[in-house]
Amino acid sequence: MMNEPQKPDHWLALPATIKLLWRVFVAVLVVLVLAQAFIYIKGYFGVDGWFGFGAVFGFLSCLVMVLVAKALGFVLKRREDYYDDGERDV
Amino acid sequence: MFELIPPAIFMIIGALLIGPARGHLRTAIVLAAPLITLWFIWQVPNGVAYDIAFLDYRIEPLEGSEVRRLFATIFALMAFVGGLYAFRQAKWYELSSAYAYAAGAIGVSFAGDLITLFLYWELMALFSTVVVWCGGTPEARRAGVRYAIMHLLGGVILKVGIEGVIVHTGSIDIRPMLANNFDTWMILTGILINAAAPPVSAWLADSYPNSSATGSVFLSAFTTKTAVLALILLFPGEPALIGIGLFMVMYGIIYALLENDIRRILAYSIVNQVGFMVVAIGIGTHLAINGAAAHAFAHIIYKALLFMSAGVVVYRTGFNRCTDVGGLFRTMPLTAVCGIIGALAISGFPLTSGFTTKTMISQAAADESLVVVYMLLAAASAGVFLHAGIKFPWFVFFQRDSGLRPKDAPWNMGAAMVIFSVLCILLGVAPELLYRFLPYPVEYQAYTAGKVLFYLQLLMFSGLAFFLLLPLMKRTETISLDMDWLWRVLLYKLAVRVYRLASAAGSAVSSAVWAALFQLRNIAHRYLGTSKHATRPGVFTRAWPIGVTALWIAVLLTAYVLVYYF
Repeated sequence: MMNEPQKPDHWLALPATIKLLWRVFVAVLVVLVLAQAFIYIKGYFGVDGWFGFGAVFGFLSCLVMVLVAKALGFVLKRREDYYDDGERDV
Repeated sequence: MFELIPPAIFMIIGALLIGPARGHLRTAIVLAAPLITLWFIWQVPNGVAYDIAFLDYRIEPLEGSEVRRLFATIFALMAFVGGLYAFRQAKWYELSSAYAYAAGAIGVSFAGDLITLFLYWELMALFSTVVVWCGGTPEARRAGVRYAIMHLLGGVILKVGIEGVIVHTGSIDIRPMLANNFDTWMILTGILINAAAPPVSAWLADSYPNSSATGSVFLSAFTTKTAVLALILLFPGEPALIGIGLFMVMYGIIYALLENDIRRILAYSIVNQVGFMVVAIGIGTHLAINGAAAHAFAHIIYKALLFMSAGVVVYRTGFNRCTDVGGLFRTMPLTAVCGIIGALAISGFPLTSGFTTKTMISQAAADESLVVVYMLLAAASAGVFLHAGIKFPWFVFFQRDSGLRPKDAPWNMGAAMVIFSVLCILLGVAPELLYRFLPYPVEYQAYTAGKVLFYLQLLMFSGLAFFLLLPLMKRTETISLDMDWLWRVLLYKLAVRVYRLASAAGSAVSSAVWAALFQLRNIAHRYLGTSKHATRPGVFTRAWPIGVTALWIAVLLTAYVLVYYF
């Protein structure tokens, strides 16, 4: 712990960069949905051709999967040494 | 002449030579053996090359077809790049067993009959177990034993099915069948165990993350994908596979989301990806089978790439868990970029190999009007991006600054990752390269503007969901229970209980017997004892006075007379 000059962090980890990345990300999301006005998405079953279906479906499936995983986690999660006691002498 | 030798033999020779060879010669063998094998794989003609009489059977050690060559090609390619990745870091016996394991996979690819298939199948089981053991930790040893038990059990079930088919049909040919009687169900079950299908998916996530940083790269490629090939050859269009595959797809996502161990996340996502292939085989149309084969090919490349990237992290930091690492992109840019390419490919991002192969399977489902299957596969594609596409690179290379500043990959590991990264993108940009070699003619158009837009929407909004739901996905230092809890804990406790009960009962009985024997011994001592150490000699061994003896004789004679007369 000498008097080292504080090295600036990697540019990718700077708050300004992260803020910019978020903005670009949101812009891309908006463009992707709006682009459907110009690009035809063929719906095989009707519903999947609706405007913005991919976006909503992708977001909602992830939401459901994360929530299901979270709920199952309460039942399934154990400490890392859970199996150690029983199998030590095997 | 050489065309008649099964290519797997060259791989086995390579595996045998790795041990005795030293230095540069060993390196040469490690790198050359898979390439020589690859060359011979491409010399295998279509159809059965020849047969050999064995007992009452005609064994066909070498049968070629498009799909067989395709799988053998990717297995040999995997062995080569895996060998390049591992040869400076792995122990020689790990390399040697990994090559024998790869030989098993290549052997299965060209097996013309069920007996040959079974032999190579067991070769894989044996040497993959050794690769797990090469992890070197006590946990690896235990996981390896569990792995071996599961695969030997699977082998026995497969063998029961094969025997049944031989007895009931008289044929050992490998040909499409349906699971409609006991024999075929046994074969299907035996294969599905290797595919990590429910209810025994747990062996995969249990064993692979316990192997060494290099071992898990080999393990990720062969066992499950030979099972996929066996399903393509034996059970195309088997309806049961659709349900099983969909379960695997969802299982992989949910468990990967709960997981903290870096390589275990990837292990669960193998089950998820193989689930896509199993669904496709269940659909069974030409497009679906093409999709399954193409996806298996692409999957081996990007999954190995992901395991390589994770392996470098484990090798350089010694840490296995997301909670221990983070922010590694600062000093490991190459590993991070290659890992991200693998992650994008597994998510099926446009311009990667995952997109050009996985969408074939979705298309096949749409063509057959399987609405539910199509929608679940689409949801799963979003889920793959969530659990592997973003979660893996995010928690390992970004997330937070763990303060770790490890060096980037050694040159050979880096070279292996670059080769596979290039292939991921090449097959995404120019899918015809792969489509040419698929089992059926391909009329499929991978890139249409609408499809690209649909998948981009799906994936990018999954990304949004990931970052918005991050607080819900905080890593915890936990493991997740799986079906193997039933035998690792429940059955174990039951066995311990039964053992204790039996030993308690046993000791009760034996102490009663001992008590009875002790009593007998006391009685014997009392009457017959002559031991010098006894306080007094036994009743019948003492020196009695003559008078007493005479008295007893008189008593006995009286008794005798009395008995005689009455």
